[in-house]
Amino acid sequence: MTQWHIFLAFFRVGILGYGGGPSSIPLVQKEVVEKYKWLNDEDFANTLALGNSLPGPIATKMAGYIGYRVAGVVGMLNAILATILPTIVIMIILLTFLSSMSDKPWVQGMTQAVIPVVGVMLAVLTYDFLKKAKGGLGWTLTIVLAVVSLGLIEWLGIHPGILIAVLLIYAIAKPTKKTKDQDTEIPQEEGQSI
Amino acid sequence: MIYWQVFLAFFIPGIVGYGGGPASIPLVENEVVDRYGWLTVQDFSEMLAMANALPGPIATKMAGYIGFQQAGILGSVIGVFATVAPSLLFMIVLLSVLNKFKDSPKVKKMTMLIRPTIAILLGIMAFSFFQTSYENTGLWETIFLIVVSFLLLEKLKVHPAFVIIGALSFGAIFLS
Repeated sequence: MTQWHIFLAFFRVGILGYGGGPSSIPLVQKEVVEKYKWLNDEDFANTLALGNSLPGPIATKMAGYIGYRVAGVVGMLNAILATILPTIVIMIILLTFLSSMSDKPWVQGMTQAVIPVVGVMLAVLTYDFLKKAKGGLGWTLTIVLAVVSLGLIEWLGIHPGILIAVLLIYAIAKPTKKTKDQDTEIPQEEGQSI
Repeated sequence: MIYWQVFLAFFIPGIVGYGGGPASIPLVENEVVDRYGWLTVQDFSEMLAMANALPGPIATKMAGYIGFQQAGILGSVIGVFATVAPSLLFMIVLLSVLNKFKDSPKVKKMTMLIRPTIAILLGIMAFSFFQTSYENTGLWETIFLIVVSFLLLEKLKVHPAFVIIGALSFGAIFLS
């Protein structure tokens, strides 16, 4: 019965969550905390915080961990499959159908019209990431990092994975010291010690 | 060999893509378009449009479809596995041990530091999509689609699925 509930909970998350994993987090919370009470709010917040600090897609990390915690390895597999399988199947069917008709002019028109729309979605995502980066790093560092990344990736042809790995290693290796953005976290720490 | 390539192509975005599936889109593009040449920019954007119009996590939809397209059902399973398994394994192991580090400034800093890079990667992709559209469809049609879809998505908050369906219908009628 638990397995069936796990399946239902994550199936609903997978089929109702638009906009990728991060936008389905509230749905996961609704199922896992409010409906089935597998985790309380604090546990859920902790899981999410750690999930966010690790690489990779967030939806499957949440599903896998919560499934594992509730019902072991089978629960884990169950939760992941319920999250991802329905939409992968729909995707494969639709795209295979579309590409089998790709020489028809109206299908070509469709694919042409959709490209700038996806471009807009990516541009919006770009802006979101810049805004979030600014919140933590400040404009100066954000712009410097953005420009350096652009140069390395576009003109020197460095693999983005390497660039990201270097940044991550730098963040781990560097001794934690205060950055220049006074607006958020620093006042607390320094003010308290007096 | 192809299975190994499929594994690698999705393992790398899965392991360096911080910030959930959407952050790994440009990393996937880098592997499947630039490195392995499995898809053209046009194929990729078509796939991304479809993936955005469908519900569910984006990273696994891409891995599942591209894996299937390159190497059948097994390829699909491998692509999804490579995307999901490494980070999930980390998560389960770490959560049992390292729960206390979640507030660590270093971990926060890690996520923070790579955001501008991810933004640039997304920006580059957006630009190449606009360029492709300009070359294939023409300037005015491209501008029209950009402006209208931006207004619908961001100002009127229309659901992306409907915007995609709208664009598909527009293309089927006016660009054929």
